[in-house]
Amino acid sequence: MNISKTLKSFKGGVHPKEFKFLTEEKSFEILPTPKEIFIPINQNLGKPPKILVKKGDEVKCGDLIAEADGFISSPIHSSVSGKVIKISKEINVNGFPVQTIIIQSNENEENNFLPKLNLENVTAEEIINRVKEAGIVGLGGASFPTHVKITPQKDKPIDLVLINACECEPYLTRDYRLILEKTNELINGLKLIMKALNVRKGIIGIEDNKPLAIEKLNNVIKNFEEIEVKVVKTKYPQGAEKMLIKAITGREVPPKKLPFDVGVAIQNVATAISIYEAVVEGIPMITSTLTVSGLGINEPKNLIVKNGTPLKNIIEFCGGIREDSVKIVVGGPMMGVSQFDLNVPVMKATSGILVLTKDEVNSFNETNCLRCGMCVDVCPLNLIPTRLARFSQLERYEDANLFGITNCMECGTCAFTCPANIQLVQWIKLGKQKVIQMLNQKSAQLN
Amino acid sequence: MNNTTPIKNYKLELSAAPHIHSKWSTKKAMWLVILSLVPVLISSIIFFGLKQLSIISVSVAFCLLTELTIKKLRKKEVTLDDGSAIITGLLLAFILPPNFSLFATAIGAIFSIGIAKELFGGLGFNIFNPALAGRAFLQAAYPVSITTWTKPNYDVDTITSATPLAAYKFDKISTDLSSLFWGNVSGSLGETSALAILIGGLFLIFIGVVNYRIPLAMILSLIFFSAIFWIIDPFKYQNPIFHLLAGGFLFGTFFMATDWVTSPITSKGMWIYGILISFLIVLIRNFGGLPEGVMYAILIMNSLVPAINRFTVPKIFGEKK
Repeated sequence: MNISKTLKSFKGGVHPKEFKFLTEEKSFEILPTPKEIFIPINQNLGKPPKILVKKGDEVKCGDLIAEADGFISSPIHSSVSGKVIKISKEINVNGFPVQTIIIQSNENEENNFLPKLNLENVTAEEIINRVKEAGIVGLGGASFPTHVKITPQKDKPIDLVLINACECEPYLTRDYRLILEKTNELINGLKLIMKALNVRKGIIGIEDNKPLAIEKLNNVIKNFEEIEVKVVKTKYPQGAEKMLIKAITGREVPPKKLPFDVGVAIQNVATAISIYEAVVEGIPMITSTLTVSGLGINEPKNLIVKNGTPLKNIIEFCGGIREDSVKIVVGGPMMGVSQFDLNVPVMKATSGILVLTKDEVNSFNETNCLRCGMCVDVCPLNLIPTRLARFSQLERYEDANLFGITNCMECGTCAFTCPANIQLVQWIKLGKQKVIQMLNQKSAQLN
Repeated sequence: MNNTTPIKNYKLELSAAPHIHSKWSTKKAMWLVILSLVPVLISSIIFFGLKQLSIISVSVAFCLLTELTIKKLRKKEVTLDDGSAIITGLLLAFILPPNFSLFATAIGAIFSIGIAKELFGGLGFNIFNPALAGRAFLQAAYPVSITTWTKPNYDVDTITSATPLAAYKFDKISTDLSSLFWGNVSGSLGETSALAILIGGLFLIFIGVVNYRIPLAMILSLIFFSAIFWIIDPFKYQNPIFHLLAGGFLFGTFFMATDWVTSPITSKGMWIYGILISFLIVLIRNFGGLPEGVMYAILIMNSLVPAINRFTVPKIFGEKK
């Protein structure tokens, strides 16, 4: 393989310290089943599912406990066998109280999985239904119900299925380990997605900082003409859908449009593997694979954990946290959510838990904007972060809308870079919500 | 901080993403700019003598003092350690003639910080480059002494000589390019040595404090516009390389026009800004009453920066035009 120096990428972006060495050589370990699990029902983008169980019910691992409510909604299955002891509002990893099913686990090893389907004979319809039934959501971060993304749309022909193997967030090595340990499952998952969408071309897009994974993939795909591995430059946020599609195909997803609009279906590595497991092995989405890392955790690991496991169980399993830790983040350091309560449970799409020390966080006082233009230079979407943030501070939402605030994908590149340490993306996120509210009100008035 | 909640014995910080930050900070960038001015400082001492340190110290001291006083008066946090006032002091001194009056230097420093910077709201809010504004003020207040140039390597105030630009403009006397490159010519303290300026300027570009766009746009555009006139009349107008090395062009290019606060933030804006500065410089040098035009060209373009930013908003990713 000749990996040329002129790798494809996108304009802008940054190079944060990767810290992947902490966990990249560690195989997945399985966390022992906790005594109590907490399953929040808002685990997908769109409508939360309807709860089917009540206090006192006995459930088996794999039992449906909440069913999809509408098309853009995903069901939830119990990740353990045991007894429902409570259904109440609990804080989730995003900091909001949501309906949570609390299950006390027992020693019962019995599983209630879905029937296995044959990899070669399964039809497109069966794949889509199974993905829906198994409650699969996008594991790249957005947790959008996956069946929606593998259902063909008549007016939007798709010619490419893209597997996002960039994992551009620092620290995280979940997708990397999955590629190494579940290469065949990944390739077959990709083939299932291609079958569901009736697409003949599959590409795995991966950053050049993962040579072992690239080699492994290339060895396996030798037998498949229709699948290709394309190496892109290591740069944050290369794993953002729009950026990866641009780098691989040259196509630009227009503002307010989706990858489908440029003929691409894109799925994350972990999602593709879950699709394979749901179809061929009949396993619903009851576990999360994640990286526990950061200089503040005593034993960084890659783990497979039951959906609903509290953070504290995971952190204890990883040897606890060091005294100089200042922040615990669920997700990556660029887009993850900082935590104040270690009783919150992991969800389907949780990809990492980071314990960061003061040195890693490197926070300092904010100063005035010096108009250096660095945020403009690094913004992958060509926005003007400093101006959008200012409009948001001044509550000038009309202007913010005019300058495209709703396009922001909140990658955090601007705030990461800003030498004045202005909370750019944070102000933009706030402004974006206000602008969307404003636009919704306006359209409501018009109707 | 009231947004910390203890978990057992740990105090955890809560904030929105991102949770990590790059190597950049305002303070670090400013101190790197100060570092990049060291070669220029050395060149000014080599060519005009140790006694010029008095001008430099007075300029820096009065910049710091003025900022301190105004911050205290406005009851704002004192931020002298960010290095920005020191930079203004150094830059102002480097664009003054050798042996310039210390009293006038102090007045210039007070104007730079007091009027051009703090009156507009302090660091980040000023429209005009403070050092250049101070120089422009002194040009009006002390028109004679600010254009009285000491010959390099002479320690006597009375030996004066015209700058290479003035010598050619008024008397058609050429200066050899190697003197211009090394800096062995008369001119402002820090402006004469192209070599020293290039070392500092390229350092800033290399480490990423300064974006290459403005300097590159200025250099290419200066060569282009001055070449046009030179081709038309090579006796009346000087050649592009002379324009490049003479006067305050290189110093202005690397240390004045690239000032973060007073230059555009968009990529296209930076190109336009750089091109127009050099266009104005060529016009002023060739047709104006003054031999040199860098200061006014940059100040004029400073005032156009908000407009440039407004009209060069980049096309959003994926947007069709």
